[in-house]
Amino acid sequence: MSEPPEAAGTAEKETDLRSWRGVALRDVDELSDETTVRLRRRSRRLLGILLRPHRRTLWVALVLLLLQNAAAMSGPYLVKVGIDRGIPPLDTHGDATVLTVVTVAFVAAAVVEYLTKRAFLVASGRVGQAVLYDLRTRVYDHFQRLSPAFHERYTSGRVISRLTSDVDALGELLDGGVDDLVLAALSVGSVGVILLFLDLPMGLVTLLSFPLLLLLSRWFRRSSAVAYRRTRETVALVIVHFVESLGGIRAVQAFRREPRNQAIFEALNDDYRLANERAFKLIAIFAPGIKLIGNVTLAVVLLFGSYRVLGGHAEVGVLAAFLLYLRRFFDPMQDLSMFYNSLQSATAALEKLSAVLEETPTVTEPAEPVSLPQPVGRIDLDGVRFGYRDAVVLPELDLHVPAGQTVALVGATGAGKTTIARLVARFYDPQDGVVRLDGVDLRHLGEADLRRGVVMVTQENFLFSDTVAENIRFGRPDATDADVAQAARAIGALEFIEALPDGFDTQVGKRGGRLSSGQRQLLAFARAFLGDPAVLILDEATSSLDIPSERLVQRALRTILRDRTALIIAHRLSTVEIADRVLVLDRGRIVEDGTPADLVRDGGGYAGLHQAWADSLV
Amino acid sequence: MSTGLSTAVVRRRSSLQSLWRLGSYVRPYAGQMVLMTVAAGVAVGASLLVPLVIRSIVDGPIRHGERSGLLPLGLLALLLGVLEAGLVFVRRWVQSYAALGMETAVRDDLYAHLQRLPVAFHDEWQTGQLLSRATTDLSTVRRFLSFGLVYLVVNVATFVTVVALLVHLYAPLALFVAASAVPLFFISRNLSRAYLRTSRQVQDLQGDLATFIEESAVGVRVIRSFGRRQHVGTSFRRGARTLHDAAVGKATLVARFWSLFDLVPSLTLGGVLLFGSVAVSREAMTLGELVAFVTLMLMLVWPVDSLGWILANGQEAMTAADRIYEVFDTEPAVVDRPGAVALASTNGWLRLEKVGFSYPGSSRPVLHDIDLEVRPGETLALVGGTGSGKTTLTALVPRLYDVTAGRITLDGHDIRDLQLSSLRSLIATAFEDATLFSSSVRDNVTLGRADATDAEVAEALQIAQATFVHDLPWGLETRIGEQGLSLSGGQRQRLALARAVLGRPGVLVLDDPLSALDVHTESLVEEALRRVLSRTTALLVVHRPSTVALADRVALLEHGTIAAVGTHSELMETVPAYRAVLSQQAEEMTAG
Repeated sequence: MSEPPEAAGTAEKETDLRSWRGVALRDVDELSDETTVRLRRRSRRLLGILLRPHRRTLWVALVLLLLQNAAAMSGPYLVKVGIDRGIPPLDTHGDATVLTVVTVAFVAAAVVEYLTKRAFLVASGRVGQAVLYDLRTRVYDHFQRLSPAFHERYTSGRVISRLTSDVDALGELLDGGVDDLVLAALSVGSVGVILLFLDLPMGLVTLLSFPLLLLLSRWFRRSSAVAYRRTRETVALVIVHFVESLGGIRAVQAFRREPRNQAIFEALNDDYRLANERAFKLIAIFAPGIKLIGNVTLAVVLLFGSYRVLGGHAEVGVLAAFLLYLRRFFDPMQDLSMFYNSLQSATAALEKLSAVLEETPTVTEPAEPVSLPQPVGRIDLDGVRFGYRDAVVLPELDLHVPAGQTVALVGATGAGKTTIARLVARFYDPQDGVVRLDGVDLRHLGEADLRRGVVMVTQENFLFSDTVAENIRFGRPDATDADVAQAARAIGALEFIEALPDGFDTQVGKRGGRLSSGQRQLLAFARAFLGDPAVLILDEATSSLDIPSERLVQRALRTILRDRTALIIAHRLSTVEIADRVLVLDRGRIVEDGTPADLVRDGGGYAGLHQAWADSLV
Repeated sequence: MSTGLSTAVVRRRSSLQSLWRLGSYVRPYAGQMVLMTVAAGVAVGASLLVPLVIRSIVDGPIRHGERSGLLPLGLLALLLGVLEAGLVFVRRWVQSYAALGMETAVRDDLYAHLQRLPVAFHDEWQTGQLLSRATTDLSTVRRFLSFGLVYLVVNVATFVTVVALLVHLYAPLALFVAASAVPLFFISRNLSRAYLRTSRQVQDLQGDLATFIEESAVGVRVIRSFGRRQHVGTSFRRGARTLHDAAVGKATLVARFWSLFDLVPSLTLGGVLLFGSVAVSREAMTLGELVAFVTLMLMLVWPVDSLGWILANGQEAMTAADRIYEVFDTEPAVVDRPGAVALASTNGWLRLEKVGFSYPGSSRPVLHDIDLEVRPGETLALVGGTGSGKTTLTALVPRLYDVTAGRITLDGHDIRDLQLSSLRSLIATAFEDATLFSSSVRDNVTLGRADATDAEVAEALQIAQATFVHDLPWGLETRIGEQGLSLSGGQRQRLALARAVLGRPGVLVLDDPLSALDVHTESLVEEALRRVLSRTTALLVVHRPSTVALADRVALLEHGTIAAVGTHSELMETVPAYRAVLSQQAEEMTAG
């Protein structure tokens, strides 16, 4: 055991546990009170959209519920008939016909209730799961559609939180809530009518409890909405911290971050506990509150009814049935309070989910895409302006790359190299001006055509936890094993792959953790090569290669790039050397433009870099 | 078939044990749990007395037409009703502390345990699977312990009490009611068996889907740059569909059993009505008694009905506890040995003796027979081709993995005899992938050293040429996005370097620390790093001749072992393999 986490936690708990997250332009989960109503409406609308396809099943389910309810409701009435009409003939002249009929009816009702309940549960289970499936795929697809800029600020942890914990919250509602609501409403409605029909004055006394119930429910609805929203927000933060810190466990352990992580986690976990506790306490008032109203009503009706029986205004059987019905009246109310609980929780989750669905991708699919089945790879940037927040990165850029040319972008950090790459790959759209592929504005290209035309490889080289082969195949899902092997060979990755324990079938581990970053980068190259795009963008894609691998990649690049357009960003001039043309960028402007040899001869900024690089080699 | 059954039984027992073990978290709340159960029990008791009050009214004041006795009995019914509601309040109020306190404690401990588990564990286990244990599974257990368990006790007690009261009212009929427990028992048993398997399956599938979601969230840029949205979308649908089908299967199972739990008490009630009426006509019981009997019987409907829910919940809690204990039961493999010593400072004398390493589950060693010495203050560069094991070697020094053969010593102590925390505070590492977290720049740089002063942070940033952070909108307090994605590769690497050199560690392990820097920045960093390295022992993985210049000596790693050690110029002259790895000129010679 290292030092106990608490020791590190308590000292700084108050002062700086909250400051670790730092300041960002916009905290995604914060919202003001006036938007609440809008949020609520939006989440209800989403629920409506999700339920619409299942209208027919829902009607069937409703009918089943009505039948179930009718069967359940007939029970006490049959008891009344049995007592009031069945016992006297049996008692006086041993005639059991009425009683037999009543009993048979009772058993029939029980069987109907059984069958309808079972059918209903199956139907509602199907609808519920179908809705969850629909919601999951909608939100997942939407997340994938949203631009990289969105993901940078939203973080993967929050994405996970939305798609797991929030969807679960809706699942709990659909699991057991909806039938509670309908049954409760049905019971309350039908019992109310039966009570009035059985004995009007007693029924009216019962109905006196209604205003109280309404008041209590309204209070709960208002206060719990806030409480549940808070639980969704706090659990998201717990998940974000959990996912990120365990995803980066190497750094965490190597830098003894555990105690502080533990302190942060416990603080977030405690926030979540407090938010839950608040919601639980509201329920702790609401549920017994309903019970109290029910029990008091029962006692009042008992007294009042007894006086009426004594006064000869009602029969004993009526009183008995009345009291039985009262149970059926208030017990569903208990269920109703539980339903309310899960409804509020689910609504808070739906608010978050509908907020995601409402995010519009800043990079949108064209309504009527221009078809480009065989891109050749000519790139034109005309008057392109782009900036992040207030900082302008590219004031006004014109760049024309003929098909097949290999262009290297050189310049200091912040000169705009990566921005150009991202614009050509359409991670962003320019704020002004146009980016064209083969003369077609990128904004008019369908995603499939665009990605067939342009592929970007960055140093991020993310791998999925799958086999080596599948990770390469990601570049072209329909590629054969032979294609995959060919791509690996072309890029010079075959040797190390074959040396792996299971060759192409080796599992790369979580995020490719079993491979070195050089190996991961080779796979990323192979993947891009397999994709066979007209335009290949390499953004610092060779940085973690050692010299022999880089040599292999460069040799491969000479072949690979021969018949395609390429934009290469590399701080290592060895990679730049293979370019047909070098652009030196300074603060978003092209300051030098020419072949590497020309630029070296001209003795400008590039020549200086080249000299420094040549010196570094020995 | 028989083996399947027996494994199911074993699984069941272990699941129950897992749940039982989680009970230790309930212990601090034992008093509250008892209070909750008592409150629930008394509340049920109070509600059970109401029908008896009704009987007294029907058989007493009403039959005899005496109004005077009515009011006290009516008030008694009122009192019982208020008492019941009050006790429900007490139970729920207490539950909000006990249940959530328990859930929070388990989650804290689970997280602490996960942080203790070695990197090898995290290589194997997907974060999504771990997450579904820490959230969904834990909530399931919480629901059972705070609600299901309480009601399991209360409902069984209710059943017994009601049957006892019924016996008191009219024994023959009561025995008939008691007999209804037999079918209920069989239904419960079958439900438990079937449910255990289904719920575990659904939980595992949920974890798989969470994993897939996590991967596609982290890899969203790669998915986009290849335009593979449809492709991953299809895979996601497949996963979501599998989960959907399993969940529908679970719902169908539940429907089958829950409706049975409804049917049994209804049929029993029908029988009671029939036989009760006969009994009344034969004057074996009074009319009031029959009314009371039926009212009491109705009291059984909910406990029996909810038994299905509670059992299902209990099964889910058992499998969930099982899944949680799969993590808890994984012993952290890299831990302090008994009697491990703390080392306050180090001379920086690092030795690797006959070191070998193979990944768990793999028989092929990644590293073998490595003998290497880094003398105090010395900088040793490690050079080798892709996949030669350099990165693995650097991970052994701070004990992210433990060697599987030989030993590593620091100042003569086997590093496994040192306290982990002291070892890792003496050794600072910068990885080839700059792992950044979505928190402030300062938090990312200080990472394990929250107590670092502003001056120290400034110095570290200066050394790593990471002063660009001062130009960020909120300076050091700016939150950098997840993985620092808004920063360039070079910027991320410089932050990771600043983190490593912060506070002048005794031993620096840098894995290719300058790979993403441009030539200009690289030379500035090298300049600053040279000053740092003159005072500290360092192990440097390098790919570039320029970085090799920082080292006093170089070791060439080939096929998992040290092939040569010497100065850069010595090795350049005498070792062709070294030349091949490090010399750009070599390319010209071979390729040209």
